[in-house]
Amino acid sequence: MANWIDACSADDIDEEDVIRFDHEGRTFAIYRSPDDEYFCTDGLCTHENVHLADGLVMDHTIECPKHNGQFDYRTGEAARAPVCVNLGVYPVKVEGDRVLIEI
Amino acid sequence: MSGIVIIGAGECGVRAAFAARANGFDGKVTLVGDESGLPYERPPLSKPDANGATLKPICTTQMLAAKDITLLDGVGALRIDRDTSCVRLSTGEDLPYSRLLLATGASPRRLTCEGSEHAVTLRTIEDANRIYSQAVNGSRTVIIGAGLIGLELAAELVGRGNKVTILEAGPVPLGRNVPQPLAQRIVQRHIAEGVDIVCNVEVVRISGRAVELVGGQSIAADLVVAAIGVVPNTDLAQAAGLYIGNGIVVDEALRTNDTNIFAAGDCASVNFSGLGLQRFETWQNAQLQGEIAGRNLAGASGVFQPPVWFWSDQYDLGLQGVGQTNGTATALRTLSDDAEILFYLNNSNQLVGAAGLGVGNAVAKDIKLAHKLIEAKVAIEAAHLEDPTTNLKKLLRPVPAN
Repeated sequence: MANWIDACSADDIDEEDVIRFDHEGRTFAIYRSPDDEYFCTDGLCTHENVHLADGLVMDHTIECPKHNGQFDYRTGEAARAPVCVNLGVYPVKVEGDRVLIEI
Repeated sequence: MSGIVIIGAGECGVRAAFAARANGFDGKVTLVGDESGLPYERPPLSKPDANGATLKPICTTQMLAAKDITLLDGVGALRIDRDTSCVRLSTGEDLPYSRLLLATGASPRRLTCEGSEHAVTLRTIEDANRIYSQAVNGSRTVIIGAGLIGLELAAELVGRGNKVTILEAGPVPLGRNVPQPLAQRIVQRHIAEGVDIVCNVEVVRISGRAVELVGGQSIAADLVVAAIGVVPNTDLAQAAGLYIGNGIVVDEALRTNDTNIFAAGDCASVNFSGLGLQRFETWQNAQLQGEIAGRNLAGASGVFQPPVWFWSDQYDLGLQGVGQTNGTATALRTLSDDAEILFYLNNSNQLVGAAGLGVGNAVAKDIKLAHKLIEAKVAIEAAHLEDPTTNLKKLLRPVPAN
């Protein structure tokens, strides 16, 4: 059964930016793309346990705040060394001004 | 059958091997590393967990196999014969190359005082394990050198219940590469955590149990660590007749004076036209130069350009810097929770450097944007940098006036 979690308000995230969302002992990163779409990935970089929400979003890439590893946050695909393991991604929908993620 | 040979299986050498493949090279690629086992990351060595230093491989055996990269681990390179294009290995074998990369790294600088053999250094996983197994709760550790490695180690050891004293020959800690306003905040934190830092001191002798200073003072020590910087590993290159100048001299394409031999990473001294020789000792530089050299080994013609970036974690503080941060900062940006970033503009108001300090990764986003602003060479007003509500991304992509 789908488990949609109300994560944040659509305005909580600036355009082309990311925030951290913690839920039941897990941590996620929720992104708003330059074209105003929302995405959700695992919150921690697959290289070391660093919160991606402190990193930099440019276009559709999130760059880890620590070692400059990059992922495409739409697919979770590892895009630059030192990361070589993809991020988990989760479905997102916007209802009204709320952002919901399915985890 | 010759191919690409890379001497040095650290961050730089490994990146180069993968980059050569990514650029389409389909001949033989051989990585020669004198340490045993898979290539590993060095930054975690100063950040151990309860069981000791973390061995974090840069790549897996499967990743090497998938790209058909041969790793000769635990094998030294003894000599380069440029006439026959061969590397003599410690196994007695001669390994032929068509293109050779020297990614030989650097070694900790040794103390020259009497008893210097009693001091350990931190560079390898073996070094790290030796330090953490000796520096147990209640140990008295003296660290000689108040640079980044010395301070990172001090933060770690004082947290493990050691009594830590840092001895610095210069007038201030972190005098070489960290802006002093940030260095002073880091030092204050060390003092608050109970670390003794003594500057302007010279060590005359290290005995089994004490460090003796000029002037006669003696500091009891169960463990002495020398953290006084590194020297580039140039012996192989020098013996082969390559140019040396504070490192193996290369052009901006990372090529030595032998067109088939490149050098990159800690060991490479880049001869920038107009700027002279510059050598960089950061993890990111090793990665970046390794990638450029790897592609060039495979026939590309990329050039290396600064700025380079570094980070240091001490306690819960994160320091990051990029580019040139000498002299007086042009602008100070204060973020929430006391995080602050110093910016350095040149006479044309272009950003040339930035350094920031804050809890965790508070400065990371802005330092990354500063990196991009330095590369973009756009003119910036200091007032925009100082206003924390100005998104630096907007300076990178100015909105065109209608």
